Amino acid sequence: MAIEFNNQQIDTDSQGYLLNINDWHKDLACIIAKEENIELTPAHWEVVNFVRDFYITYKTSPAIRALTKALKAEYGEEKANSRYLYRLFPKGPAKQATKIAGLPKPARCI
Amino acid sequence: MSSSQNSATNLQEMSPITVTRYAIINTSAPFDRLKGKESLDAALILASYEMDVSLFFIGNGVYQTQANQQAESIAHKDYLATFKALEFYDIEDIYLCQDSLTERGLATDSVFDDAQYLSAEQIKALLPQFDVVLTF
Repeated sequence: MAIEFNNQQIDTDSQGYLLNINDWHKDLACIIAKEENIELTPAHWEVVNFVRDFYITYKTSPAIRALTKALKAEYGEEKANSRYLYRLFPKGPAKQATKIAGLPKPARCI
Repeated sequence: MSSSQNSATNLQEMSPITVTRYAIINTSAPFDRLKGKESLDAALILASYEMDVSLFFIGNGVYQTQANQQAESIAHKDYLATFKALEFYDIEDIYLCQDSLTERGLATDSVFDDAQYLSAEQIKALLPQFDVVLTF
């Protein structure tokens, strides 16, 4: 599968995750988000940027539990609870945020 | 309700919640096929399901724990970078075999901030307390 972006075909897996994290661009993130029915707000961007940094540092996409724990260390309890995160990403914060951030799907998400 | 009934109820409620304890033993050098990566994936999956996971590094497995390895220079994914994220998965019990380090001329040092260094004998004594032992 592929996404059309800037007159280029960006390759994705069958579920729409980018195959190459270096293909990612902020504008591409908005296109992926739209397909997920998400309008990106600053609160979304905070999480998207966070998972991208997480991947670049630790070379792995965080599953939900690790994501909330790492967010808690950075931003405190209020932005690290799953209710807050599910409000932003209704179909699963780890799945949707990593997809929008151009990362592979977390291996631990079914 | 009397206190004795109370505690009986609590016991009943608590009994199904037995967390399986996993020991994951790494015996392979970092890029010996995909063993190290697969071992780490298994640890992260189990921890994501709130299993109790302890990691052991023995034999050539201790090479995985050494800092400043450049996986990408041999076209491998740098899965060792993920060791630093283990705390987010609540994997905190990490044991290194001191004897294996010494045999290989490695210092008592690793990428883990709070690993425990045990003799081969001590590790052997520790293993029976685990429900499942996986060796990679």
